[in-house]
Amino acid sequence: MERIPILQMGEFLMVTIQVDMHDKLAMSLQDDLTERISRKNAKGVLIDISSLEMVDSFIGRMLSNIAAMSSVLDARTVVVGMQPAVAITLVELGLSLKGVRTALNIERGMALLQSIRSSQQQVEDSPIEQPYA
Amino acid sequence: MNSPTPEIVPIRSESDVVIVRQNVRKWSISVGFSLVDQTKIVTAASELARNTLIHGGGGELKSFLLQEGNRKGLCLIFDDQGPGIPDIEKALQDGYTTKGGMGLGLGGSKRLSNEFEIKTEVGKGTSIKIIRWKA
Amino acid sequence: MNSKLPTIVKEFETQILQEWTKNQLSQMGSTDKISESELKSESQQFLNLFQISLQSGNTSVRQSKEWAPIRDYLSNLSRTRASQGFSPTETATFIFSLKKPLVARLRTEFEKSPAVLLEEVTASNELVDALGLYTTEAYQKGREELIGRQQEEMLELSTPVVKLWDGILALPMIGTLDSSRTQIVMESLLQKIVETESEIAIIDITGVPTVDTLVAQHLLKTVAAARLMGADCIISGIRPQIAQTIVHLAIDLGSIITKSSLADAFAVALDKRGLQVSSQRQKTALRGEVSAQPPLNH
Repeated sequence: MERIPILQMGEFLMVTIQVDMHDKLAMSLQDDLTERISRKNAKGVLIDISSLEMVDSFIGRMLSNIAAMSSVLDARTVVVGMQPAVAITLVELGLSLKGVRTALNIERGMALLQSIRSSQQQVEDSPIEQPYA
Repeated sequence: MNSPTPEIVPIRSESDVVIVRQNVRKWSISVGFSLVDQTKIVTAASELARNTLIHGGGGELKSFLLQEGNRKGLCLIFDDQGPGIPDIEKALQDGYTTKGGMGLGLGGSKRLSNEFEIKTEVGKGTSIKIIRWKA
Repeated sequence: MNSKLPTIVKEFETQILQEWTKNQLSQMGSTDKISESELKSESQQFLNLFQISLQSGNTSVRQSKEWAPIRDYLSNLSRTRASQGFSPTETATFIFSLKKPLVARLRTEFEKSPAVLLEEVTASNELVDALGLYTTEAYQKGREELIGRQQEEMLELSTPVVKLWDGILALPMIGTLDSSRTQIVMESLLQKIVETESEIAIIDITGVPTVDTLVAQHLLKTVAAARLMGADCIISGIRPQIAQTIVHLAIDLGSIITKSSLADAFAVALDKRGLQVSSQRQKTALRGEVSAQPPLNH
C-alpha cells in the first residue's frame, strides 16, 4: 500500500503531501506520524500542503487530529503553504482547524517550530527559584 | 440548455471519491471557473461523494454542463439507493453527524454551491443536486 | 399587395433626404454635438443602405440578412452618439424623424386611393418603428458596455494591495463595498500574501462609508482564510458609524485585531515583526547628553 514519506530533521518531522489523498491514505498518515513521534521523541511536526488543490472536511479533520495527538505526545504541529483558494473554501465549508498552527511556507514553519521549542527549553532550563538569573 | 448526455461516474469505493474530485476539476475547468470556484465545487463534490459512499452505501455521480443565455454552470447529481435521510433539517445542521465525521458534509457543500436540492425517501435512497454558476 | 415604398424611396431619394435632414435639424434645435454637414452625410449613408435593403422586399428588420448592413450601421451610429453625449431621445429621433417625409411622399403618390395609402403608411411606419427601437436598444447596449468597462476599471483602480514593509501588506479600501467586489478584493489580497510571503496584512477601511452584514462576513472570512495560510490580518480605520453597525448587527469580530487608524495598525504590525521605529533627532540628542557627561567609570 502506498504511504506518504515522513522525513526527519533533527528534533522535527516533516511531511510533504503531494498526492490527491484518498481517505485511507489520510488515516495511515495519521497512524504513521504518531508512531514516529513517539519512537523518535520528536518535538515538532511540519506538514507542507502547498501542493494540495483542495482540503475537504475529512482531510481537515485529519490535520486537526494530527495536531491534537502530537500535542498529547509533546510535539507541536505546524501546517504550511495552504493555497488561498483552499483556505477560502475551508472557511466557507465551516472549518477553522482549531489548535493547528499555520505558516506561509516551510522556512517560516521551521522558524515557528524552533521558536516554540526554544521558549519551551527556556522554561525547562530556568531554575524555578531564580527566574531572573 | 443541458448537454445532451450526462457524464456518469460510479461511486463504489474510496478511490472513486478521488476520481470524482479529478473529474469535477476537469469539468469546472472546461466551464471556465476561476481557481476559487473550481476549488469550491471540487470540495463540495468530495463531501457529497463521501456521503454517497458512507451513508448511501455507494451510488453514482451524474454531471451536466449548463448554459442559459450567457450564463454557464456545472450541475452535479449524487444518487444512491441507501437508507435515505429521515430528518433533512437536522442533517443540514453543522456538527450533526451519524458516522463520526465532522458533520459539515451537507451544510458545507450547500454553502459551497449556488443551488442545492435534496430529495430523499427513507428506505429508497437519496438524490442531491448542486449547481455552481460561473461568476 | 406589393408595397410601392421601395420604388418611391429609390425614385425620390434626394427629396426625402432633404426633408428628413430639415426635420432633424428643426427638431434638435441648435446643437454643437454634431454639425449640419455631418448630419447630412450620415442621413445620406443611411438612406442609401435603407433603399438597398428595401428593394429586397423582406420586412423583417431584426433578423433577415438583407437588413444586416442597416443594423450594423445603426449599432455603430448609436454607439458613437452615446459617446458624443446624445440622449436616447435625440438618438432615436434620427430614425423616427424619417416617418414624416416618407408619409408625405406616400400621400402625394396615393392621394386618389385612400385604402392603399392607409396600408402603405401603416407598413412604412411599422418599418421605421422597428428601426427606431433597434437604435434605442443599441444605444442602451452601448451604455451598458461603457458602464461595465468603467466598473472594471474602478475595481482595478480602487483595490491596490501595497507593500508597506518587508512582510507587511496593506489594502486601503475606498468606496462602497458590495459583496462581489469585496470577494474579488479579498482573493487578490490572499494571493498577494503568498506572492510576497507577507505575514501581516492591514485591511484599512477608512474610505468605506458603510459596512453591511454580508461585507462584514466577507472581511471575517478573509481574516480566517489568511490565518489558515499562516498570516495575520489587522483591520484599521473603522469609522464610529461602522463600529455602531457592527455592534448593532451583533457581528462578532472575535479575536481580530482592530485599530482606529492605519498608523496604529502599522505600529502593531512592526511590533509583531520585531521592528521598531525611532526618531533620529531624539537619538542624537540623547547621544549629545551622554557625551556631555563625564565618562562613567566601571
